[in-house]
Amino acid sequence: MPGSDPPGHPGRTIVVAFIVRRVIAAVLMLAVVSMATFAIFFLIPRALGQTPEGMASRYVGRDATPEAIQGAVKRLHLDDPLIVQYGRFAKGIVAGEDYSLGPKKAECPAPCFGFSFNNNQPVWPTLVDRLPATLSLALGAAVLWLVTGVSIGVVSALKRGSVLDRAAMTVALAGVSLPIYFTGLVSLSVFAYTLGIFPGGGSYTPITENPVMWFQALVLPWITLAFLYAALYARLTRAGMLETMGEDYIRTARAKGLKESTVVTKHALRATLTPILTIFGLDLGLLLGGAVLTESTFSIQGVGKLVIDAIRGNDLPVVLGVTLFAAFFIVLANLIVDILYAVVDPRVRLS
Amino acid sequence: MRKTNALALAALGTVLTMGLAACGGTAGGGGNTSSGNNATGDAASAAKHNDAYTKVVNPSDAKGGTLKYALSDEPDSMDPGNTYYAWNWNFSRLYSRPLMTYTAQPGEAGLKLVPDLAEAPGEVSADGKTWTYKLKKGIKYDDGTEVKAADVKYAIARSNFTDELTDGPKYFAQYLDSGDYKGPYKDKDLNNFKGVETPDDYTVVFKLKAPFSEFDFLAANPQSAPVPQAKDTGVDYEKAVVSTGPYKFESHEVGKQLNLVRNTNWDPATDSVRKQLPDRIEVQFKQNAEDIDNRLIAGQIQVDLAGTGLQSAGRAKIVNDAKLKDSTDNPFTPFNRYAMISTKVKPFDNIDCRKAVQYATDKVATQAPWGGPLGGEIGTTAMTPTTVGYKAFDLYPNGADHKGDLAKAKEALAACGQPNGFEANVAVRGDRTKEVQVAEALQASLDRVGIKLTIKKYPSGDWSAQYAGKPDFVHKNNLGIMIAGWGADWPSGFGFLSQIVDGRFIKASGNYNMMELNDPSVNELLDKGIQTTDATARNEIWAQVDQKVMESAAFMPFVYEKTLIFRPSNLTNVYVHPAWGMYDYTWLGVKQ
Amino acid sequence: MTSPAPEAFLELRDLRIHFPTEDGLVKSVDGLSYKLERGKTLGIVGESGSGKSVTSLGILGLHKGGRAKISGEIWLDGEELVGASADHVRTLRGKKMAMIFQDPLSAMHPYYSVGAQIVEAYRIHHKVSKAVARKHAIDMLGRVGIPQPDRRVDDFPHQFSGGMRQRAMIAMALSCDPELLIADEPTTALDVTVQAQILDLMTDLQREFNSALIIITHDLGVVAELSDDILVMYGGKCVEYGSAEDIFYRPEHPYTWGLLGSMPRLDREPTERLLPIKGTPPSLINVPSGCAFNPRCVYADRTEGKSTSQVPELLETEGGHLVRCHLPRTERRSIWDNEIKPMMEST
Repeated sequence: MPGSDPPGHPGRTIVVAFIVRRVIAAVLMLAVVSMATFAIFFLIPRALGQTPEGMASRYVGRDATPEAIQGAVKRLHLDDPLIVQYGRFAKGIVAGEDYSLGPKKAECPAPCFGFSFNNNQPVWPTLVDRLPATLSLALGAAVLWLVTGVSIGVVSALKRGSVLDRAAMTVALAGVSLPIYFTGLVSLSVFAYTLGIFPGGGSYTPITENPVMWFQALVLPWITLAFLYAALYARLTRAGMLETMGEDYIRTARAKGLKESTVVTKHALRATLTPILTIFGLDLGLLLGGAVLTESTFSIQGVGKLVIDAIRGNDLPVVLGVTLFAAFFIVLANLIVDILYAVVDPRVRLS
Repeated sequence: MRKTNALALAALGTVLTMGLAACGGTAGGGGNTSSGNNATGDAASAAKHNDAYTKVVNPSDAKGGTLKYALSDEPDSMDPGNTYYAWNWNFSRLYSRPLMTYTAQPGEAGLKLVPDLAEAPGEVSADGKTWTYKLKKGIKYDDGTEVKAADVKYAIARSNFTDELTDGPKYFAQYLDSGDYKGPYKDKDLNNFKGVETPDDYTVVFKLKAPFSEFDFLAANPQSAPVPQAKDTGVDYEKAVVSTGPYKFESHEVGKQLNLVRNTNWDPATDSVRKQLPDRIEVQFKQNAEDIDNRLIAGQIQVDLAGTGLQSAGRAKIVNDAKLKDSTDNPFTPFNRYAMISTKVKPFDNIDCRKAVQYATDKVATQAPWGGPLGGEIGTTAMTPTTVGYKAFDLYPNGADHKGDLAKAKEALAACGQPNGFEANVAVRGDRTKEVQVAEALQASLDRVGIKLTIKKYPSGDWSAQYAGKPDFVHKNNLGIMIAGWGADWPSGFGFLSQIVDGRFIKASGNYNMMELNDPSVNELLDKGIQTTDATARNEIWAQVDQKVMESAAFMPFVYEKTLIFRPSNLTNVYVHPAWGMYDYTWLGVKQ
Repeated sequence: MTSPAPEAFLELRDLRIHFPTEDGLVKSVDGLSYKLERGKTLGIVGESGSGKSVTSLGILGLHKGGRAKISGEIWLDGEELVGASADHVRTLRGKKMAMIFQDPLSAMHPYYSVGAQIVEAYRIHHKVSKAVARKHAIDMLGRVGIPQPDRRVDDFPHQFSGGMRQRAMIAMALSCDPELLIADEPTTALDVTVQAQILDLMTDLQREFNSALIIITHDLGVVAELSDDILVMYGGKCVEYGSAEDIFYRPEHPYTWGLLGSMPRLDREPTERLLPIKGTPPSLINVPSGCAFNPRCVYADRTEGKSTSQVPELLETEGGHLVRCHLPRTERRSIWDNEIKPMMEST
């Protein structure tokens, strides 16, 4: 009916209500994630017959006396009922907690994700410390792969079947199949150790310390990480573009007398990019929770490197912290993607 | 037992190192004590494979530059009182001085202890239960204050008697007569710690429960390095350790980066072992292990701090390049890799069945998983060649080529009453690839004489607490053979053997004497040895213990572990210190 | 080489549009010729796949740069388009000739407002400001009968009803006063009352602009009242051509008979077919030998075997009425008069 439809763009109240609803859902989800992670690391070992002492023995030296192990049990509260342990963890996030590190109590202000079992550092400051490296890596790589992946995909689709298309898709297949660990080490070996163009592994420097070094050290990790994603995005874009170019509205656009370049950029690309934008948001959100392989390969002390080491070392507070951190980014990315989607595609409503 | 870098070890490949020619020349530790100080000329270009094993390569007293270390893991702690890593006992000497330490020399000479913070080795009382050390005067912390005897006492108290500092060994707690002392964090009055007395500011007296003639080795542990009580922040102390060595903490981001700079309050006149060459020392933690090798070879870093050697890819590069190989050394680590054959599980309770295993094993096959000759030398004794008191012998010669003496094995089987062989289980840490491969090689070996092995895999995390280290479990599950390894906390026969062969150390859980050998003569010899103050006589006794243990046929060594470590050409003053089987980190310099 | 320019406003001469595919050559349009004058309406009728849409896309030059192999001539207002450059034909599109597509939900871009899409079409050919173009778009929407066009101009296609969307589509096509308007199934997706409104609208607008109009449909009913001439396509070829009267009162091709028999009528059940056309449309790769329609033709046995061996010619039967059939003319007349017509009238 004429005029009865609400306007296509989301109104402010709709957006606010949507965000509020989603934030509540997100908090609930994070709680569930934390419980699940907690259960994996605490409940399951207990169910399998692990004693508090057995668990504590992981976090003390090899020759620890029974007293030392008991001390660790007490210090880490491993002998409390699980629900109490979880409650303490949850309370720590909201209200902070004190820890015994020796002669004095150490304060861990909210949000306190506890202290690492392995090196006794508070988890939250560690996370905050590792985030800029991950952000630098993920955002830089994201820009790179989005630009290259999409352009290659578009060109490939428009020149479908050409030598260019075949070459690009072969490289893309390689990019998707080759593990980052391999491409990373090869690129280091060639560009850092043989040609000496870029610095080697472990040379990440915060941008606040030395922007030039920051950039140089990140070029190879960016390219390595972006290579994988660019390959994926090129394939996605190509497929999406081919589909879009067959749409009726593209024919309509041409029938109007539009130049082909306008047809591609204004009509085809916009429709192709919308689903890619969704995937992009989720990929980026996932990466902000840690680009585990790239960070490990290039020895970048980011969130991903932190969590992989924590998992290896059974360092529950760190694992929990990073899991929640990563879940937060994924939820955030989802939220942003949903809002953006509604802005980009007028058919989508926030509800 | 010392920790090694388990990850690095697990990553060492075997495929690539198969078929390597043995790199001989230095087996047995060598006795060459030539010091690099006397060497002249450009040693860098002339240095050959294993040169740093017997002499100082790239000798130089040139100061300056930044020396870069990298570690694939993160340390348990950089606090000298709270660490169990061999590399850290070596490295921490850059900023902490224990009472005693090892002579700065390659080869056997390096195993000799020399006083460090102390003026002289410990003076032992007639009853062997009191050890007294006099401190050198004028030794200062990096803030200029003088080191006091009470700081040594405090260091022992915090590292051995607190619930918080759990990462290091607890030998002082074990041997000192300190009653039920609660430790300095619960009991603020240090006078209640009776195990150590400080009659004056320069005298430290240790009171032992029983005679212990190797106490100087304990005093060489970095736990005896002084810590001022006022500066102690417990677990956090590793963030800002107060230095007595040539370097001090500039910054330490735990698990990330440690930067050391020169300590101007260190007086070289008081120090016979250390040098102070680089201006700055940087350590990066948690670096990609394979990338560390590449950076070493490219000269971008100088040392892989863990000292456990190159990864498989790096090794492959080395063995294919003679020039690169000249930049490597292949020292023994303190580790012996072996199988323990249970004396309680049938039919191994019969010594002849154990002997059958000793004869039938193809030790070339069991050497391969460790990386062939570069990864370890075939072993025939319980002690390793770099242990004080080691004597070479072979009670179960299994053929000139070490591939097994099947005739002797069958004889032994007949003597055991199992002429056609039998079925048995071999337990192994399932997540340790190399040990699993060793078990498989053993399986194939013994199959030749009819001993059918079933491989049982257990997780390494609870290996000693729940599985192989729990005799009840071993008996119930008929674990006849267990694949294990051991490295001594100090390089003497006692340090190596006591935990794994003393029948009185068989524990219900966390047991390392998995073979459950309880031979009174072994136990007595250990007691006799540790009470013998004369070092030569004492070392003779350790050799006898080794002999006795091997006679039981319950201990079957595979290899004395070796590593392949890389020395970049810009690393100066390099030699392998035998106490750790890695470069002496207090000597290294860097070419600018 | 092209022959001299014809007098007619639009003339197709032996147009062939073939698509090479992995399975073989698809002959979508295979030798099509016709003429159309300004102010006149041509109905092109045929099943899907008969080549009617491909032909009109060919006229618009939308196959250029693609895989299609095009031969023959398309003359529009004295200009030959098959040989013309793609860029030149593009400048004619939208302005000189425009097309109304079927299913406007998919034919309009879902992300742009209806107004924006009309504005875009207008501004390609007119150097005017956005505001002016917008005013024009509102005008056009008003003229095609969209109520409150100044409000609806910013709506998105999905916010329009089906009929409104079709009107908007027409407004877009007419925004530059095209001289040739091609409507491809303009009413397929609409219900009957709306269909009539849209068809009325198109003829009104055609009269107003004096454009030439081609209506493409599979439904003879749609073109019955609007068309001056009707062209029946089958298998990429014209099988019958004539005035609307010829086709409705004197049809001579068995396929046309089938189409007429399928016309929905108010006095019949919509699904009931008096003269069902059996079988399926022919493959355009392996065209049946002889007459492409022969496998489906009830009267094929009356052609003395020519039906499967010879391709029939398109021959004039009388006064501009062309038929492509092997049946003798008398036979065709007799079948229509004595067999088909009475059957259609009896129900």
